[in-house]
Amino acid sequence: MEFLRPASWEEALAAKAEHPSAVPIAGGTDVMVEINFDHRRPTHLMDLNRVRELHEWEVGDETVRLGASVPYSKIIDELSAELPGLALASHTVGSPQIRNRGSVGGNLGAASPAGDSHPALLAAGAEVEAESVRGTRFIPVEDFYTGVKRNALAEDELIKSIHIKKADGPQQFSKVGTRNAMVIAVCAFGIALHPETRTVRAGIGSAAPTPLRARAAEDFLGAALEDGGFWDNGRTIPPAVAREFAELCSGACNPIDDVRGSAAYRRRAVGVMARRTLGWTWESYRATGNGRTTEGGAQCA
Amino acid sequence: MRVTFTVNGRRHEADDVWEGESLLYVLRERMGLPGSKNACEQGECGSCTVRLDGEPVCACLVAAGQAEGREVVTVEGLAEYAKERDGSEQTGDLAPVQQAFIDAGAVQCGFCTPGLLVAADELIERNPQPSDADIREALSGNLCRCTGYEKIMDAVRLAAARADDSAQEVV
Ligand SMILES: Cc1cc2nc3c(=O)[nH]c(=O)nc-3n(C[C@H](O)[C@H](O)[C@H](O)COP(=O)(O)OP(=O)(O)OC[C@H]3O[C@@H](n4cnc5c(N)ncnc54)[C@H](O)[C@@H]3O)c2cc1C
Ligand code: FES
Ligand code: FES
Repeated sequence: MEFLRPASWEEALAAKAEHPSAVPIAGGTDVMVEINFDHRRPTHLMDLNRVRELHEWEVGDETVRLGASVPYSKIIDELSAELPGLALASHTVGSPQIRNRGSVGGNLGAASPAGDSHPALLAAGAEVEAESVRGTRFIPVEDFYTGVKRNALAEDELIKSIHIKKADGPQQFSKVGTRNAMVIAVCAFGIALHPETRTVRAGIGSAAPTPLRARAAEDFLGAALEDGGFWDNGRTIPPAVAREFAELCSGACNPIDDVRGSAAYRRRAVGVMARRTLGWTWESYRATGNGRTTEGGAQCA
Repeated sequence: MRVTFTVNGRRHEADDVWEGESLLYVLRERMGLPGSKNACEQGECGSCTVRLDGEPVCACLVAAGQAEGREVVTVEGLAEYAKERDGSEQTGDLAPVQQAFIDAGAVQCGFCTPGLLVAADELIERNPQPSDADIREALSGNLCRCTGYEKIMDAVRLAAARADDSAQEVV
């Protein structure tokens, strides 16, 4: 094995072009487990920790440009106002030690259907900035996941940053697991209200081969809210509407039975999370007109 | 490959390090610092917790080469680290958090203790008066297979209370 230590982004791209099989290592919280257990023996390990811009973020007018290696702990401390859904999701990742190292770039690189950042990115709206010596691509996050632990990166590409829409309304994240810390999601759900476009977006994790958006549910809810004038009158969402939204979210799942849970349980739990998180976000929208959820901890479902 | 980094204020070097080796392995097997424990090698137990440039991390999940040129603090250096930070005339060889673990009876087999000490010391540094929820959160990545969690909670409360007392004395 060879250990590559690019000192800059340009060097990293050149090294990846020269050694397409090189495995990038950022926080190492996925890669090192695979190496420690002999599940992976790459020819080259490429350390990204020296590439400064990957650890930086920038808050723009519409989006946050999040460097691929920014650890979860920084997202929680610094970006919970702009990216409340992602901050809530980050808070449920592993433990403090894992959150000090693990990153959204690594979560996308691993592309596990259970990765916690995915439902939050899908709900907020995000694009992955992938770069190689050949040039730059912006990949909508919903097109980034191509299969179980597979993503849209070409072999010479690296993730430079993730461009995430700043919250224009309340967002929530919910995750089912056996304890609060150190849990791979049995299933997870992210929701974002977008009052500016009068839309709602919902992301589902760990309930299909890839993270996915519940598009039929989003469309149904968007139309129901519009037709009832709910964005203006701020009335409580009727239970029948919330129920239908929940059922459509369940219907979007294509889960499997595994050690963490059965397919039937996952489908049901996604519906429950959809209904509850819709309730929380809508109440917060009603309370403030355009409330943003900025509290640090996930609410207990 | 050769790796060089600072551990507990001293420059350490190791040769013939395999490229996939973890920081934990290098500390324990090549630098003669077995205080950080190796249990799961998958980030689940926290017994390998060290500070890397100040941040508590699982040493088993840091590639040794990633530590090149950086600062590591392990349980072996905790007393010295606490002394310099607190500027106190701390006597004896132990950091206050270590003394508190002994006084509270928070050590059973002791395997989880080094990782817990590093995590608890960082918590009190960052948050001198942690609530019980803060303590639970900060230690949520450290497992004690003897399940002595109540005494561990007592120990951290005790360490925080003592730190608070001595801070008031200084004022
Ligand atoms: C104990 C433990 C608990 C965990 N709990 C959770 C959890 O609750 N939720 C969760 O979602 N995950 C969890 N994880 C998994 C892991 O922490 C996350 O997936 C994390 O986001 C990975 O980030 P990283 O920077 O450590 O990635 P790394 O391990 O460094 O890399 C992961 C993958 O991404 C690739 N990669 C990294 N950076 C780039 C880049 N810039 N461009 C292209 N490819 C790149 C790597 O080559 C590798 O394939 C846990 C892991 C452990 C060990
Ligand atoms: S040995 Fe590193 S976390 Fe268990
Ligand atoms: S004291 Fe035995 S593992 Fe904690």
